[in-house]
Amino acid sequence: MLSAIWETEGLQTVGIVVLVFASIKLLHLLGLISFSEDSVEDELELSAVRHRPEGLEQLEAQTRFSRKELQILYRGFKNECPSGVVNEETFKDIYSQFFPQGDASTYAHFLFNAFDTDHNGSVSFEDFVMGLSILLRGTIQEKLNWAFNLYDINKDGYITKEEMLDIMKAIYDMMGKCTYPVLKEETPRQHVEVFFQKMDKNKDGVVTIDEFIDCCQNDENIMRSMHLFENVL
Amino acid sequence: MAAGVAAWLPFARAAAIGWMPVANLPMPVAPTEKNKRQDELIILNVSGRRFETWRNTLDRYPDTLLGSSEKEFFYNEETKEYFFDRDPDVFRSILNFYRTGKLHYPRYECISSYEEELAFFGIIPEIIGDCCYEEYKDRKRENAERLMDDQEDNKDAKLPNMTFRETMWRAFENPHTSTMALVFYYVTGFFIAVSVITNVVETVPCGSSPNQKEVPCGERYTVAFFCMDTACVMIFTVEYLMRLFAAPSRYRFMRSVMSIIDVVAILPYYIGLVMTDNEDVSGAFVTLRVFRVFRIFKFSRHSQGLRILGYTLKSCASELGFLLFSLTMAIIIFATVMFYAEKGSSSSKFTSIPASFWYTIVTMTTLGYGDMVPKTIAGKIFGSICSLSGVLVIALPVPVIVSNFSRIYHQNQRADKRRAQKKARLARIRITKTEGSNAFLHSKRNGLFNEALEFTNSTEEEQRLSKSTSLLESQHHHLLHCLEKTTYKCHIFFYDSLFVFLPLPASLSLSCFYLEAGLQNYPSRSPSLSSQDGVTGTCCSRRSKKHHTPLPNASAPAHMQPLTHTHTHQQGLQELSTIHIQPLSTSRSSLNMRVDDPASLNCQSSQITTAIISIPTPPVTTPEGDAHLPAAPTHQNVVKVSAL
Repeated sequence: MLSAIWETEGLQTVGIVVLVFASIKLLHLLGLISFSEDSVEDELELSAVRHRPEGLEQLEAQTRFSRKELQILYRGFKNECPSGVVNEETFKDIYSQFFPQGDASTYAHFLFNAFDTDHNGSVSFEDFVMGLSILLRGTIQEKLNWAFNLYDINKDGYITKEEMLDIMKAIYDMMGKCTYPVLKEETPRQHVEVFFQKMDKNKDGVVTIDEFIDCCQNDENIMRSMHLFENVL
Repeated sequence: MAAGVAAWLPFARAAAIGWMPVANLPMPVAPTEKNKRQDELIILNVSGRRFETWRNTLDRYPDTLLGSSEKEFFYNEETKEYFFDRDPDVFRSILNFYRTGKLHYPRYECISSYEEELAFFGIIPEIIGDCCYEEYKDRKRENAERLMDDQEDNKDAKLPNMTFRETMWRAFENPHTSTMALVFYYVTGFFIAVSVITNVVETVPCGSSPNQKEVPCGERYTVAFFCMDTACVMIFTVEYLMRLFAAPSRYRFMRSVMSIIDVVAILPYYIGLVMTDNEDVSGAFVTLRVFRVFRIFKFSRHSQGLRILGYTLKSCASELGFLLFSLTMAIIIFATVMFYAEKGSSSSKFTSIPASFWYTIVTMTTLGYGDMVPKTIAGKIFGSICSLSGVLVIALPVPVIVSNFSRIYHQNQRADKRRAQKKARLARIRITKTEGSNAFLHSKRNGLFNEALEFTNSTEEEQRLSKSTSLLESQHHHLLHCLEKTTYKCHIFFYDSLFVFLPLPASLSLSCFYLEAGLQNYPSRSPSLSSQDGVTGTCCSRRSKKHHTPLPNASAPAHMQPLTHTHTHQQGLQELSTIHIQPLSTSRSSLNMRVDDPASLNCQSSQITTAIISIPTPPVTTPEGDAHLPAAPTHQNVVKVSAL
């Protein structure tokens, strides 16, 4: 008898509780009451970053581009990235469009780190233009320096075999699967071996910046290729 | 490669320096730009609205009009801009395609005009961006459906040689094609109605003998109902067999829905005939009788609305399925809850969960019969939640079904409306076309008047008559003239007032004819004009005044009073003989009376004139006619133009 009463009473309570919660939820949805002070909408404000580059004169002074060239560069930059900064995703996207057959994302990652000199996760127009200035209008020394910086993934001043292997694999990835002759597993490794044999003078397993620059300056092919992209812009 | 990233190509090339130290082989030579132009702005003037952009922007897509040298055709030297006489609104989207690499389709734009613009500028529509591609495809599909509907209507025309079977099938499918088919259609409709009513009335209790209980009519007048049923089933069987015979693909016909309905409608009768009054199977027999009601579905051949409803339900199958599934879920949940809520109360009707299903369904669909009501408070609370949620669950998929039905229904309406409007539209279009051709005649007549006026030197009339025909019109008329001269034929036109112009090849006499004709006294021998019927007009010869040799004998029919002028130049050319027949009322037929201004040339004359024009060129369509001009000596072909 009591259990029967408890059954009905219990269900009644449950019913009333459900009703109360539902009405509270309804009021919350209608916006009449709010539970916590921090709402979700504020978070959205921070994500849109706007960046305006320094003036044209400063950039002209800092880089070796002329005014017109800077204008052209900025227009292209801003067209693709209206917010003024490139984050790594966009960078990878853009770079991958030039290499449709392969996967350029790994190499793009290394490139991004090389361009992002202040390591804040985004490449602004200044970073972009500085990097390009070195690559296109710099001295051989500067270019080689930049290349070394690219290979040195952890920026400790030494290129180890592992770092070089990563870079090599990234470069070969860009080629894609359909190559002739067919890409084999050990091709990057072999290529790294050749590279180290050439570069590593004291055979200590790492390549320092001096070894690198010395070796490259003595290599005719490399010297000739450095001049290749002179009139890109 | 998208256009936007073309700007990043210098960067990608610069970054290639990273590969240099790694490479073992020498690099290939880089391409150099021969004449490195500075990027310049170009102005695109589209119907007055000026768009400016960099030249490089347009060069991104070299296989389009703007990106290739094709745009040089539109270059305007004086204003130093490219002028396009196209729609500037659509051009906005096209230019944005060059700028951003994405082609958008504006919703307010008509799909055919947009496609035309794209075709003009050499852009394929498939590049439309994902954001607008759906809309574009939908509109295109609608357009294609509409075109197909128009074509299908044209296909309705009867093919000349159709076998009997094909004719029958066509009669079945489109009842409006022949009277027989229409009769058959209505007869079958009538019998379907009779059959359905019979089935219904069969169960109504008729008046009975006082000592017995009420019996339904079916049992009282068994024979009568049986006869009606037999008759209907006969008709249906015959109809089904005829359709089966006429169907182009019998197998496909037998699988179609309508034929299955037909079979289901008539089968119970035959099964009932075969089966005896066996007690065991009488239950099944009763069930079979239920299938007789399927005859009502045969009406869907007669009603388009029913067909649309069926088609809608078929196309909304997923929504219906979702509705059913969610309802089932909700029913089970609420039935369980109600059962346990009402378990405690005494004499509750909620004896089991399936028993509660009935309550839940009735509550969720807001029917509320009241045969089962909760008595406890908890039961009442849950019952109210149940009814509220029922309203929501049922209301959600219904608009989808409704919108589907509405769309299909309107499509059908549109097809019917278009078919109805087509006749009116075609008539209007025909009128404008004849106006265009009549403009030609007008101009010729004006030209004639102008020439005639030259001889009378009447300036004010000259001004009045030399009204402006635009340059375009005059060029068009000149073109038609040239065609006539080339083919040595005359243009004969139908005119709704009584004029016809018969210009003749200028090499011969450079004349245009006035054919004046009346409607009465037409000799039965002169048939109507070959190309048009009821053509009347006036024809006069312009230069006949110069060589005014009255013809001794015209070949006109006897009762006509011809005054004819013919020129025959005795040269190598074969000449056109023209006959000018004057109305009886006037005495002279000289063309010098150029008083034939339009007003007087109405059908006052009671004369019928026949003009016989002989045309030297061989391929001439000779209209039927039997009046020949013997005076025209050496022609091979005669074109007789006679007016009724």
